[in-house]
Amino acid sequence: MLYDRPEFKDSYDNFIDGKFTPPVDGDYFDAISPVDGQPFAKVARSNEKDINLALDAAHKAKEEWGNTSATERSILLNKIADVMEENLEFLARVETIDNGKAIRETLNADLPLAVDHFRYFAGVIRAEEGSVAELDENTVSMLVPEPLGVVGQIIPWNFPILMATWKMAPALAAGNCTVVKPAEQTPVSIMVLMELIQDILPPGVLNIVNGFGPEAGKPLAQSPRISKVAFTGETTTGRLIMQYASENLIPVTLELGGKSPNIFFENVMDADDEFLDKCLEGAAMFALNQGEVCTCPSRILVQESIADEFIEKLTERVNRIKRGHPLDSETMIGAQASKDQFEKIMNYIDIGKQEGAKVLAGGKAWAVANAGGNGQSEVESSDTMVATGGNGNGINEGFYVEPTIFQGHNKMRVFQEEIFGPVASLTTFKDEEDALEIANDTLYGLGAGVFTRDMHQAYQVPRKIKAGRVWVNCYHLYPAHAAFGGYKKSGFGRENHKMMLNHYRQTKNMLISYDKKAMGFF
Amino acid sequence: MSVERVSVTKEAEKVIEKLKEKYGELMFHQSGGCCDGSSPMCFEKGDFKTGFSDIKLGEICGCDFYMARDQYEYWKHTHLTIDVTEGRGASFSLEIPMGVRFVIKSRIFTDEEYAEIQNLA
Repeated sequence: MLYDRPEFKDSYDNFIDGKFTPPVDGDYFDAISPVDGQPFAKVARSNEKDINLALDAAHKAKEEWGNTSATERSILLNKIADVMEENLEFLARVETIDNGKAIRETLNADLPLAVDHFRYFAGVIRAEEGSVAELDENTVSMLVPEPLGVVGQIIPWNFPILMATWKMAPALAAGNCTVVKPAEQTPVSIMVLMELIQDILPPGVLNIVNGFGPEAGKPLAQSPRISKVAFTGETTTGRLIMQYASENLIPVTLELGGKSPNIFFENVMDADDEFLDKCLEGAAMFALNQGEVCTCPSRILVQESIADEFIEKLTERVNRIKRGHPLDSETMIGAQASKDQFEKIMNYIDIGKQEGAKVLAGGKAWAVANAGGNGQSEVESSDTMVATGGNGNGINEGFYVEPTIFQGHNKMRVFQEEIFGPVASLTTFKDEEDALEIANDTLYGLGAGVFTRDMHQAYQVPRKIKAGRVWVNCYHLYPAHAAFGGYKKSGFGRENHKMMLNHYRQTKNMLISYDKKAMGFF
Repeated sequence: MSVERVSVTKEAEKVIEKLKEKYGELMFHQSGGCCDGSSPMCFEKGDFKTGFSDIKLGEICGCDFYMARDQYEYWKHTHLTIDVTEGRGASFSLEIPMGVRFVIKSRIFTDEEYAEIQNLA
């Protein structure tokens, strides 16, 4: 079935101090939908002046918000979750138009996970406590967590609402006010969300300012008026943000992507059963969200003894991935988030071919017929098709790439650089030691997958992989309760899990003497 | 030296000159990683602090072009051309508001070129 395209307003202002606020200089930019490559709304093109307005509002609100009870904050976060849940299908359709991903994913992953994330943090702050220790009979040490105050959060475009939620929910739960800068590629869905939840939080607690990186992101990251900055993105901007933070001596969390290995040991082929089916799905997970996931399992490592048979089954599985219009409920892979991204992926596919990697599946761009309302969408592939074209046959100008598998070796650039598209690079290994060497031969260390029927391998191999999240006999699960973050150049700090609260808090130690006597020094 | 590791197209040169008029001296740093990774990023000279972890690959239009040293290990067999293309990118790179973005075109060095490049490093 084809879901309806949602109605959008002509333009979306910033959300500052509890109100929709036009950009100070009155400039707007076009938000472009990757579904058809067409502009669909105007969005505030903000600069330092707007960032400062948002920071003023946040500072005005921080004292009162920081002193609300955990109960009160929990109730409000739960209300946000309830409103999101009531509007889940609408928000899913909005997210699909903004980002291009298939409605199947926004309905079943992005939005339900975001709802649950608010509920998780609403829950944990009710159960959480500081601590008290009696250091000696007269001395008591109390640890009281206190919010940082005002924080800056810069959001990526791959899961616009979910990634914003990963940052906003713990910051708000911990009692902070925040200024959020969404990605300029996907600026609309979060504003639509704000329209729905605008009255829930006190003014100034949550502020959203849209705009371009150098004009709006930079003054936020550089501001001496934030107490922390959180960023998800790439390494150069990550370093730049850390440099700005060093000038202000404030903490940073960075999530900078990866080149995650997904390892398949020979025993997965011991039986042709449910579990093997799960393994093949696990390998095909590189196509989830069009591969635009920091943890995309973009390196498939297969034990050489099973390689031929595994590759045959995997390519058959990947070729069955259903392409189509992103609003079609049958569609498994939709559009890349931007033309920019589309071209980068096609460029990497070209690099892979130049380097001599063998194309096992895919390798082409494709186009989707404009959804006509007959409940079906048709696709067409071409070597030469480019997103800017449109061939006049009702084929639109969206940004679509086939799920692609390369076979080659780990030193190739397609094995080492994050393509951030539906492209996996497959190589083989001899034994456990070889698998680990290849898995760890990368600059990054965010995610990894290990598929095995051997219980020893299932524990020992993940422990030796230098990555923050290792999925064992599964992939791409993101429960709020499990800590997520990188080793090596994938950044530091964690997201998800209640430990996040301490990423947004100070520890106040009150050291109390109940001794009436002087110490006797003076 | 006859082999260069980075070069620039005429179109990209024009954009760099425009940015220089607005911001003064510029620099480039090649990004890696997630989202907008693998893009060449343009900053005001000195805004991005380079250090021992970076390698200067050359100059384009008088602007230093850097890459992280460990990333270069994987890129060293490719020649890079900085080009510009229509359409906005997303990052802190200075050209973004102009509605264009710098991109990297890669070509594998010939064996002869590569031998010469290794002497450079």
